[in-house]
Amino acid sequence: MINITTPLNKGTYKQPNIFGYYGNFGGAYIPEMLHRNVEELRTRYLEIMYDDAFQKEFKDLLHDYVGRPTPLYLAKRLSKLHNTNIYLKREDLNHTGAHKINNTVGQILLALKLGKKRIIAETGAGQHGVATATVCALKGIECVVYMGSKDIERQAPNVARMKMLGAKVVPATSGSQTLKDATNEAIRAWINDPLDTHYIIGSVVGPHPYPDMVARFQSIISEETRWQLKEKTGTELPTHVMACVGGGSNAAGMFYHYLDELSVQLVAVEAAGHGVNSGMSAATTQLGKPGILHGSKSLVMQTEDGQVVEPHSISAGLDYPGVGPLHAHLYESGRGTFLSATDDESLKAAFELAKLEGIIPALESAHALAALHQMKFKQSDVVVVCLSGRGDKDLATYMKAMDIKE
Amino acid sequence: MNRLEELFQRKKERVLNVYCTAGYPQLDSTIKVMKALQDNGADLIELGMPYSDPLADGPVIQASGSKALENGMSIDVLFQQLKDFRKEIYVPVILMGYMNPVLQFGFEKFCQYCADAPIDGLILPDLPEHEFETEYGEIIQRYGLDFIFLVTPETSEERIKKLDSLSRGFLYAVSSSSITGSDKDFSPVETYLERLQKMNLKNPILVGFGIKDKHTFGMACSHANGAIIGTAYIKALENTTDIERTTKIFLDSILK
Repeated sequence: MINITTPLNKGTYKQPNIFGYYGNFGGAYIPEMLHRNVEELRTRYLEIMYDDAFQKEFKDLLHDYVGRPTPLYLAKRLSKLHNTNIYLKREDLNHTGAHKINNTVGQILLALKLGKKRIIAETGAGQHGVATATVCALKGIECVVYMGSKDIERQAPNVARMKMLGAKVVPATSGSQTLKDATNEAIRAWINDPLDTHYIIGSVVGPHPYPDMVARFQSIISEETRWQLKEKTGTELPTHVMACVGGGSNAAGMFYHYLDELSVQLVAVEAAGHGVNSGMSAATTQLGKPGILHGSKSLVMQTEDGQVVEPHSISAGLDYPGVGPLHAHLYESGRGTFLSATDDESLKAAFELAKLEGIIPALESAHALAALHQMKFKQSDVVVVCLSGRGDKDLATYMKAMDIKE
Repeated sequence: MNRLEELFQRKKERVLNVYCTAGYPQLDSTIKVMKALQDNGADLIELGMPYSDPLADGPVIQASGSKALENGMSIDVLFQQLKDFRKEIYVPVILMGYMNPVLQFGFEKFCQYCADAPIDGLILPDLPEHEFETEYGEIIQRYGLDFIFLVTPETSEERIKKLDSLSRGFLYAVSSSSITGSDKDFSPVETYLERLQKMNLKNPILVGFGIKDKHTFGMACSHANGAIIGTAYIKALENTTDIERTTKIFLDSILK
């Protein structure tokens, strides 16, 4: 009998074993009502997504519709500030304003291959919801997005976008009324209508095969980075790659083709909220314990009794009490360096980038930028930061921060 | 012979399993609710351990869980409440809950406490059969607990056989693809239940989800050994000041 905690993929961090485990984390902890759907996905996702015709359509859409490749931009003034070489992988320049669309383009094609007629999704900041609504409009397929009531309030422009794109936005009113509850609601909606519906999960979380599937769709980020960096510097390998982590999809994409390049330091940045130990934080690797949430075993912020706690972050996209199993494994194995940035540090980093480079980043991405200040770089280092999204959606928060300052 | 085995040997038809949430409506009402259920005709009690993120439950049961958590319920508190419960409760009692709180309590310690109480069986809907076979089943069996798997209309025949072979006590037939408390039409379920009936499974079958009154209970019982009622009973308890009376009225409406 196979021990489920033994990786079958010895020597690579990239792939989980056949049961969806990255080291001690992963799996598919789902009620029987979802078994058929998840099993259908598990047995077919690789065969479908690596089919030549699928790859062609996926790559064509990424190129012509999403606007890829996104630039790898040497941020000179930011580099000067940190006395090193900092490149920004400009996922903010994707259609819909964030990396989320890489995954939704892939999953909508997959859903159509599986013969599904309806899409459901969850969203925190709204970026994944918008990206899902977009691809559903593109393919003329019904779309329902679950979003925490609190997030609906704080991310109003994205709610309007989803509606304009024809999606139905359903408020999640249970629990903390944020991303975790939107995810619960979406999973339940899937249980209620399993045959015709595909659930597009927006991060590297959920039951196997979602973490692996989403990481593969997002891996276009590091795939491009490698050849772009080669063009610019002569080598494909930077010294550091950095990305913010809520569930961790942009980080998984940014890390993917560097996971087994042990010379490249992988830096994941979580949201510390008001401070890691303030009781108002979303720094899962620091505060979490192994547990099961949304269908996989990972690190989860929870009480001693195993009740999931409400996280806090100024950025709705990082406000999640778990982290994808790949990241839990990177953390536990020491392959990844996990840092955290507070709300204030991230706001400061957002204003800093706006002034130094003329780029307003999403609050999520600002966490990765804030962590630059916690690092010690050599002048010769080459650092790639995933700028996962743009800050238009966060203007209200930025305006509030400016009012306080003025 | 354990209590579940004894029950299904003695009673092969119209077995009524009622779900209640531990610590609901009040923290200390757990035993009172169970006693009232037993005294008014429930053959079996499914005691829910509240969880913040219950994937398979609908809004009514989730709300009862949230209330129970606010009341201060935890697995620790529950086992304290169950310390002497066998002095009053003789019907089989199974615990239903989600993996995460059980893991935090300690899986083996949990099974040991269940055996000590004694609890008769477990339903953990998010414990997959693969993890049961490789890691947890052996511990559950070591403590003499029955483990009940769910099957749905979407479960393949081959898989139903497998889950039946792994289950002990009974097999939980989810009536339709839904969360608890859904209002879906019951009639297509009959074909599925007939299919199950013809499979000659090792375990008795109880039908759950969507059973809310005499009519649906009767329909379920005509194709299975009995049925499980949850949401409808939790709704009945919602505003009650008299648990015993409310439970009597509720169970009479089903059984009489």
